[in-house]
Amino acid sequence: MDVVTLSRIQFGLTTAFHILFPTLTIGLAIFLVVIEFLWLKTRKEIYYRMYRFWVRIFAINFGVGVVSGITLEFQFGTNFALFSEAVANVIAPLMAYEGMTAFFLEAGFLGIMLFGWNRVSPTIHFFSTCMVAAGASLSAFWIMAANAWMHTPAGFELVDGRFMVTSYWDAIFNPAFPTHLAHMLMASYETSAFAVAGISAWYLLKGEKVPFFRRSLALALIMAAVCAPLQVLIGDLRGLNVAEYQPAKLAAMEAHWETNPEGRGADFVAFAIPDMEEEKNHFEVVIPELLSLLITHSADGQIKGLKEFPRDERPNALVLFWTFRAMVAVGFLYLLVMLWALVLFLKKRLYDTPAFLKTLIVIQPLGFIATIMGWITSEMGRQPWTVYGLMRTADSASPIAAGNVVWSLTLFVLFFGLIGASFFYYIFKTLKKGPDMDSEIPPVQLLAGMEPFGEAQESMEVK
Amino acid sequence: MALIHIWISLVGLVVILYVMLDGFTLGVGLLFPGAKDEEERNLMMNTIAPVWDANQTWIVFGGGALFAVFPLIYTVLFSALYIPLLTFLFGLIFRGVAFEFRATSSRKVQWNRAFFWGSLVATFAQGLTLGAYISGIRTVNNRFAGGAFDWLSPFSVTVGAALIAGYILLGSTYLIIKTEGEIQRRAYRQATWAAWIVAGFMLLVSAWTPSVDPAIVERWFSHPRIQFIWFFPVMGSAAFLFLLVSLKRRYEVYPFLASLSLCLSAYLGLEAAIYPMAIPPHMTIYEAAAQTEAMIFTLWGVGIVLPVVLGYTIYSYSVFRGKVTAEEGYH
Repeated sequence: MDVVTLSRIQFGLTTAFHILFPTLTIGLAIFLVVIEFLWLKTRKEIYYRMYRFWVRIFAINFGVGVVSGITLEFQFGTNFALFSEAVANVIAPLMAYEGMTAFFLEAGFLGIMLFGWNRVSPTIHFFSTCMVAAGASLSAFWIMAANAWMHTPAGFELVDGRFMVTSYWDAIFNPAFPTHLAHMLMASYETSAFAVAGISAWYLLKGEKVPFFRRSLALALIMAAVCAPLQVLIGDLRGLNVAEYQPAKLAAMEAHWETNPEGRGADFVAFAIPDMEEEKNHFEVVIPELLSLLITHSADGQIKGLKEFPRDERPNALVLFWTFRAMVAVGFLYLLVMLWALVLFLKKRLYDTPAFLKTLIVIQPLGFIATIMGWITSEMGRQPWTVYGLMRTADSASPIAAGNVVWSLTLFVLFFGLIGASFFYYIFKTLKKGPDMDSEIPPVQLLAGMEPFGEAQESMEVK
Repeated sequence: MALIHIWISLVGLVVILYVMLDGFTLGVGLLFPGAKDEEERNLMMNTIAPVWDANQTWIVFGGGALFAVFPLIYTVLFSALYIPLLTFLFGLIFRGVAFEFRATSSRKVQWNRAFFWGSLVATFAQGLTLGAYISGIRTVNNRFAGGAFDWLSPFSVTVGAALIAGYILLGSTYLIIKTEGEIQRRAYRQATWAAWIVAGFMLLVSAWTPSVDPAIVERWFSHPRIQFIWFFPVMGSAAFLFLLVSLKRRYEVYPFLASLSLCLSAYLGLEAAIYPMAIPPHMTIYEAAAQTEAMIFTLWGVGIVLPVVLGYTIYSYSVFRGKVTAEEGYH
């Protein structure tokens, strides 16, 4: 294999591994902000205990996210030097801004958030949590801007093969950016909400620490109830944006080979094994004219087929068709589960329906899988370009020997495998240990008129 | 032109901030095997646990800033130093995850090892990178045109070893500030022998550098550098003497400050040898610089955001000031 292919595999693998952690960091940070706000506002000890429990999961997750993320920033130079050289003027400042405004904010206040309990007032602690959460979401802002630019480049002119910036505003707020960012942030919030819900459901099924995890589940489900429908909506907008700016990607995602003739809508392919060589689908099951309806919102709107594009400008339909469907399926499944939750809530049986709780446990990892599937759809759909339509992936790699990448890829697989396995081991260990209900609250954190846990528990039983 | 000079100074500042801050963090990791028991190791870890991530972030920002304002340094250096740079990252990965994994683990020994070896590998690889950078990188048309192992030489290995000694010095003098009792007594001893080794390495590397790249001597002794170049060895010698005295008199903060000054003198001497090269031996900072708009846009961020960053970094250090005690457990 050549440097380009190896580097793509390496960048893809390390990104896929890395993105799991920020996904949870971004969402869980918001969750912690809410819990700490409730702690300061209601002064119920249960919220303090909840914070201390969930922040441990947050800390373990954050550590792995940080160290796996640095490797990505370096790989732009080590593996894709020619790409970096060409686009530096436009997107590198965004990455510098990410470091300045996001990473420092997270890292600077993380210390206080995790270790400051005995040393700062509750307000400063809350402020630190807010800053960490802000940093996490801001980091998404900058990196999604840079990534979206690769899909719909704007605000530049090409001079001798280099992208010279003409407007940073246009480069940052490029056409794909708003939906791209919203889709990723919502994925983080939704995935994290379902992660917290799944863990809480597990404890509720076991009948352990029931009031504690009822409260956690309630908050998580509120978050999920907001996110699940919104994400479907944003996903639709994202799809429309792809249809407008990256028609080849859309055609591959939908395994749509032939442009539909005038006056007849494009069929929606529900199932197929797309074949790139023969330019057709095997075992195809279609729903007539639905694709036009979905994308153009009219029954016979025209949608370009993949065959309209030269062979060497087509992304892989076999991969995209399925990764896209997997992602969408999870989105709708989560929406359905939230409808079920609504029914149970109205019947006041949200916490004691075992089938529902079991479902929450089972679907918990799906958000992470959907996030990765979405990223594969997005980035493999960009191929064969690094800058859509302008710079080919084949011309983007570093002038290095392939052996370098074989070496590093092997080590990445080994090390990330080891660290991923350890991560799960320690997360499960922390979960098994459960929340700590009795350790002393540091004196500086004690709030006047605090409602101790016992009373909180009783008032919950009454409800 | 002025913009390029502002930026090369800023990049230089970010790099030295990283070296100093993560230097003592990595140094504590290098001293980990010297601890007697888990309690001591907990304590040592607690001295850096609240700040290590912020310290490490300087290299993340440094990478981003280099990419933004001197893209050719970023692309050429990073492809040329592929193996040492990724080795550095692998070291950072194990060092970084060790904090939380170790705190959660009941069998701490494996993460103690990960922490030490991660710190060691990261430090040594940093030194290899620096040594290879000084030695120069083969480029054609501002692109890397060398082999996969060009970075490996007796000189770069020596710089790697020197950096290990340097970070041990920073780590041990930092521990003097943050600890008391047995750990502190040991840190005084460790700092004393580290000081001598560092001084030896500094002499060795300074004597060796001119023969690695003769142009360095030329630049050192050219006008106007000749007028202030003497200052760096003088500063280094003064810092070294002050370090020895302050260690002997059992001062707590001065040894750390003296070590930082020693480190700074070496860094400035090196900068004076390299400038105005972006990548020795051929590429200058003027060739490596980004489009003016990119430098201005990023400079706005630095001007507004970085003072705030420095502000809350100092605040965070002040929150965690004072000795670390055993009862101050992990979160």
